[in-house]
Amino acid sequence: MLIYVILGLPLAAALVAGLVPWRHWVGWMTTFANGSVLVFGVALCVKTVDHRALLALDGGLRADALSSFMVVVIGTVSFLAASQTVRYLSSEIDRGSSSSRHASLYVVLVQIFVACMLLAVLSANLGVMWVAIEATTIATTFLVGHRRTSGALEASWKYVIICSVGIALALLGTVLVYFAALHVGGPHSGPHGVSALDWTSLMAISHHLDTGIMRLAVALLVLGYGTKVGLVPMHSWLPDAHSQAPAPVSALMSGVLLTVAFYALLRFKAIADGALGIGYTRSLLIVVGLGSLFVATSLLLTQRDYKRMLAYSSMEHMGLIALGAAAGSSLAIAAVLLHILGHGIVKAVLFLAAGEIYLVEGTSTIDQVPALLSRRPMIGGIFGFGLVALLGLPPFSLFVSELNMIRAEVAVGLTWVAAISLVLMSIIFVSMMMHGRSMLLGDSTSSDGFGATARTFTVPLVLGLVVSAFFGIVAWPLAPLLHAAAHVIVR
Amino acid sequence: MSGSSYTQLLDLAAGLVLVCAILTLWRSDLRAITSILSIQGVALGVVAGVLAIHIHDGALAITAVIVFVVKGSVIPILIRQVVRRDPGSREVSPLINVPASLAGAVVLVAIAFLASGKITALFPNPASRLAPIGIATVLVGFLVLVTRRKTVSQIVGLLLIDNGVALVAFLLTTGVPLVVELGASLDVLLVVVVLRVLATVMRTHFGAFDLDQMQELRD
Repeated sequence: MLIYVILGLPLAAALVAGLVPWRHWVGWMTTFANGSVLVFGVALCVKTVDHRALLALDGGLRADALSSFMVVVIGTVSFLAASQTVRYLSSEIDRGSSSSRHASLYVVLVQIFVACMLLAVLSANLGVMWVAIEATTIATTFLVGHRRTSGALEASWKYVIICSVGIALALLGTVLVYFAALHVGGPHSGPHGVSALDWTSLMAISHHLDTGIMRLAVALLVLGYGTKVGLVPMHSWLPDAHSQAPAPVSALMSGVLLTVAFYALLRFKAIADGALGIGYTRSLLIVVGLGSLFVATSLLLTQRDYKRMLAYSSMEHMGLIALGAAAGSSLAIAAVLLHILGHGIVKAVLFLAAGEIYLVEGTSTIDQVPALLSRRPMIGGIFGFGLVALLGLPPFSLFVSELNMIRAEVAVGLTWVAAISLVLMSIIFVSMMMHGRSMLLGDSTSSDGFGATARTFTVPLVLGLVVSAFFGIVAWPLAPLLHAAAHVIVR
Repeated sequence: MSGSSYTQLLDLAAGLVLVCAILTLWRSDLRAITSILSIQGVALGVVAGVLAIHIHDGALAITAVIVFVVKGSVIPILIRQVVRRDPGSREVSPLINVPASLAGAVVLVAIAFLASGKITALFPNPASRLAPIGIATVLVGFLVLVTRRKTVSQIVGLLLIDNGVALVAFLLTTGVPLVVELGASLDVLLVVVVLRVLATVMRTHFGAFDLDQMQELRD
């Protein structure tokens, strides 16, 4: 029942938004719907934290602790993003760059997008999960191109082509896993039909899957889903799409879509580890993880656009969680999951703040928005604290999760990986601090922004930062859930 | 259906899928390319149909009909409408010329057969024996995608990759479960619809153009 409600909320919101013309209350209604996803997601966590799994739709939908955790992440980030919908759309309509029909389309697509992500994490069948993740690409294409500038169109074209190719490779990988499952113990035993792509049945027979086929399948899956995660080598869509999309959409894509794709990788990793041992997937994840960190570092050093800076920072963090998952111990997976939540919240806050800066300053060039702290203390303050949180400083939760991922990597003997990632993280830290300093500090000639920031903007974002700091200081409300969710993947 | 005619028909249809993929590299007339794509979709439907009859699988028969309709006619028609708005549209200057890309395709086919030999050797039967053809189609699709510069050509490249994956799925596993197949077909159809809209908007925005001209976003 709970699962149906969670999936139904964004769909119902999409339906209403599609039927009535755009009004402010429609935007607030979607905020309420996404906030309710968060609340019901927490309820789902309470039910699944003792290692049970809830089933629905004849076992087609399944929620264990890991799914429930992802529902909470999706609920949190989509609530934050939806809270800025009214602001974004009103400003677009006021400037005359968007019509109310466009606004309705935007709201409908965002809610369908959220529903697809929820289906991806709640489906028991890895094939259905694939369909849902592919559907997120379709739902977000027009959202990326919503501003209809030449840059936005270029970004959405690249986005849909590259991600569709990636997801096609992931399907090929899924087909090969299915093939391996059909042939367990001879050509005519093993599960058939839908159950052969059911995650729990695959886990049960993972030790008997053919290793040759699984090697090929896992490589394709890492490459394919890795595309949607924004990992090298097929990452080039990410900075374009994230910088061109409207701020709330960037927040959703960067904050949670990337990690939903990573969730798919985690599910397959568990099966692959059963079939191949932990070493094979580990080495693949280390390659793509360190590769992404390298690319992110080199492009952050000279970055001149603050939205692209945030996008490359997402690549950095996806690289970090790939390395954490490569370590693969239950401490590592728990840290990866905490990182997914912390990064989701903080990156959403930062993209929304960046959207607000873009709105009032009219440019996304770092050098052209100096002295934000004195000119616009509220926006500048939120952006500054967000940056501090993103760079992994205490008391924010990213500090705890990064520390634990490094500890876990050292504990399983991947000290060299931990060392390289620490070096790269320090370089990123310095370069983003420099960019942040030139945006936030400095003398201002005018102070035109005092008190001009709307409360509908500040309250949700400050709340997000507070939550992130809260989980950095006290881990106990999350610890049992993280433990249970990690236990789903690491037996 | 007797054993040998089953094998022959399967060989023929699967081979046709790959031949169509290579033909898209050879022709530069975009209208001809959409026709080739339609033939490929029909061939893919025949593969699924032949397998369905051979193993008496109702769900696979439904899949065959869906593939036949969606990939054999609906998607090619959708793409043809984009082409028609731009008459005389040709893929004039691909990044690699036609003879070179045909040679490249031959190399890719060889790679596909070498790389997937292991899979076919593991469970040899008339269908899985043909799986390298699907892999080869995927690789040729990649070649089209990275060397062609018209929006329509890129959509075609994407569909070649997709058809190749579908062919592998039919040959190795007699198709993924019906619910997944339905979802996947719907997704492909929607991707084409989305790309069609995007191509139209980009035409009105940029005029007649090559994708090379989109160079605003870079670091």
